[in-house]
Amino acid sequence: MKNKAAIIFLITALLALLIGVFFGLMAALQYLIPEFLKEIIPFHKMRPFHVTTVITWIVLSATGSIYFYLTQVEKLKLFSNKLMKLHLGIFLITGLGIYLSYIFGKMDGREYLAFTHILTIPILFGWLLFGINYFKTMLKQINNWPVYYWMWGTGIVFMIIHLTEAHLWLFPYFREHVIKDLTVQWKSYGSFVGSWNMLVYGISIYLMSKIKGDDSIGRNKLSFFFYFLGLTNLMFGWAHHTYIVPTLPWIRFVAYGVSMTEWIILGYMIYEWKKNLSQTKKESYPLTYKFLVTTDFWIFINLILALLFSIPAINFFTHGTHITVAHSMGTTIGINTTILLASLLFIISKISIFTKKQEKIIKRGLWGFNITLFLFFTSLLIAGARRSHWMYAGNDTSFSSMQDSLFWVYMVFFVFGMALTTSISIIGLPILKKLINYLRI
Amino acid sequence: MTKKTTYNFLIITILITFFAVFNGFIYTSNENENPVKLTEQAMHGQRLWQENNCWSCHQTYGLGGYLGPDLTNIYSAENKGPSYIKAFLNSGVKAMPKFNFSEEEKNALVTYLKFIDSTGYYPNYKAKFKSNGWVELEYKNEK
Ligand code: HEC
Ligand code: HEM
Repeated sequence: MKNKAAIIFLITALLALLIGVFFGLMAALQYLIPEFLKEIIPFHKMRPFHVTTVITWIVLSATGSIYFYLTQVEKLKLFSNKLMKLHLGIFLITGLGIYLSYIFGKMDGREYLAFTHILTIPILFGWLLFGINYFKTMLKQINNWPVYYWMWGTGIVFMIIHLTEAHLWLFPYFREHVIKDLTVQWKSYGSFVGSWNMLVYGISIYLMSKIKGDDSIGRNKLSFFFYFLGLTNLMFGWAHHTYIVPTLPWIRFVAYGVSMTEWIILGYMIYEWKKNLSQTKKESYPLTYKFLVTTDFWIFINLILALLFSIPAINFFTHGTHITVAHSMGTTIGINTTILLASLLFIISKISIFTKKQEKIIKRGLWGFNITLFLFFTSLLIAGARRSHWMYAGNDTSFSSMQDSLFWVYMVFFVFGMALTTSISIIGLPILKKLINYLRI
Repeated sequence: MTKKTTYNFLIITILITFFAVFNGFIYTSNENENPVKLTEQAMHGQRLWQENNCWSCHQTYGLGGYLGPDLTNIYSAENKGPSYIKAFLNSGVKAMPKFNFSEEEKNALVTYLKFIDSTGYYPNYKAKFKSNGWVELEYKNEK
């Protein structure tokens, strides 16, 4: 039997990606012509539109993938199909609510969660339903969990913790203390990113085990070691975002120690996995494989950057600049998005086939994606370096003249953003078509 | 449950215990913060800061969106301060929107920025660098 709800999750996710990058472009435009469109597409609306929408892509595609794997690939009997549909319904309606809240300017929330905070209640409820369904399904039917099942379970639980913690500011006890408030806010974002990474990295390990055709990668000791290390980072590594905030030093010291470990994790695993991969198996999911190799490359690039600026002495200079944005987009696009596209391609191979021509187009799109993302990423690094230089060595010039001097860098950023949007569409549209077709027949 | 599952649960339980204790410390610690509590008026400013998405273009302690400048110490910066801030709210220079705040609202925002300013420095020009990569921040009103 088809799992329509899972497919609708995935279709919505892809739409979010395609629309989300468009909002990103609108936001980037403001860097070029700030006065021109600021009434119609103001940055303070476009940025939340962009960020919320692309995070929606990550979260919904991970969720849809997991529902699909469990029911269609593993052939498990879901604890409750009704709960899954309710979960979908709640998320779709809440999504609509979020956009209405943005359009009408009712944005009393905060960065990443800018919508009016009441909407957090249905989102929390949706995650709760996902959690109940997941654990009820898995605990009954699977005895000895491979690591990705642990990771998905962990991701769901910590998403609930994150959403709760991110709204502690509603209590005066938290929001009337500036530093504590800022600390808790960024602590909660650490578990936000950490929990979607649990879902997404779990998916990447799941896919690797399918491509390889054996489950050892999900079961060996090393994988579990890395999972626990990842969990430790999720819990204790977040304060690298707040090295510069005058909190108690020990809070930041813990983060320094813990952060130094995170990124080696997945890079090492994929490296090992590729080394052992036999040619025949590669053939079974060639596109999925290609995307995961791309992930590997982007992990490597982002690993270097992240490791470097998790060192406080370097973070001191990169913090508060577009180097941070290079990191957030570098990882969400380069790592999360490639894994999730790999997952979608894997799912397509289960429900339909691409023609040779379509495959070729997708492969070309991937090339375009890599090249443009690299230049996009580089332009952000340059913009960040310039701002840092301005902050620490050239503060006698005004902010606006510093920004003006970056005009061409922002232009490059915008142009390659457009190229990236094109590449993403070249990859995404054929997938979207297949998913919609599958739903219709 | 298999032995391995039990073992995994054990590790998770230990981690969660640490996490709970850690959270307790974070939620209750207040040190190095002067003055400690926002006033009613400052909280009003904070609300306006959120409702108008100032954070999406501005940063405090480098955290936020990046189209505009950081405002951590704008209150005490040379040649800036309350009237400068208020002027900016009316003017709508460059990408900054033109806001129609009442005098009371402008005062609330200024008070909020004043409180932020009192909590510390950003950029932290007098920080000390250590050879192990650590940075010792300068705190405001160090005791
Ligand atoms: C759409 C983006 C945007 C939003 C939203 C925004 N600002 Fe601005 N703001 C800017 C930009 C850009 C500048 C710098 C203008 C220039 O000097 O060229 C600025 C400058 C300022 C300055 C002067 C800073 C300095 O060092 O000279 C203050 C104060 C300020 N904004 C306060 C606020 C407050 C308070 C809010 C919320 C009520 C707000 N801004 C919302 C974009 C924004
Ligand atoms: C391809 C075209 C894209 C463009 C032009 C674009 C542009 C932007 C811009 C202008 C910002 C705001 C930066 C600032 O505060 O000044 C931003 C932030 C962000 N973007 Fe994109 N983006 C694109 C694609 C994506 C994609 C595909 C993802 C993820 C899947 C993504 C994830 C993010 C995130 C997470 C942030 C927040 C960054 C932070 O706060 O550090 N973007 N983007």
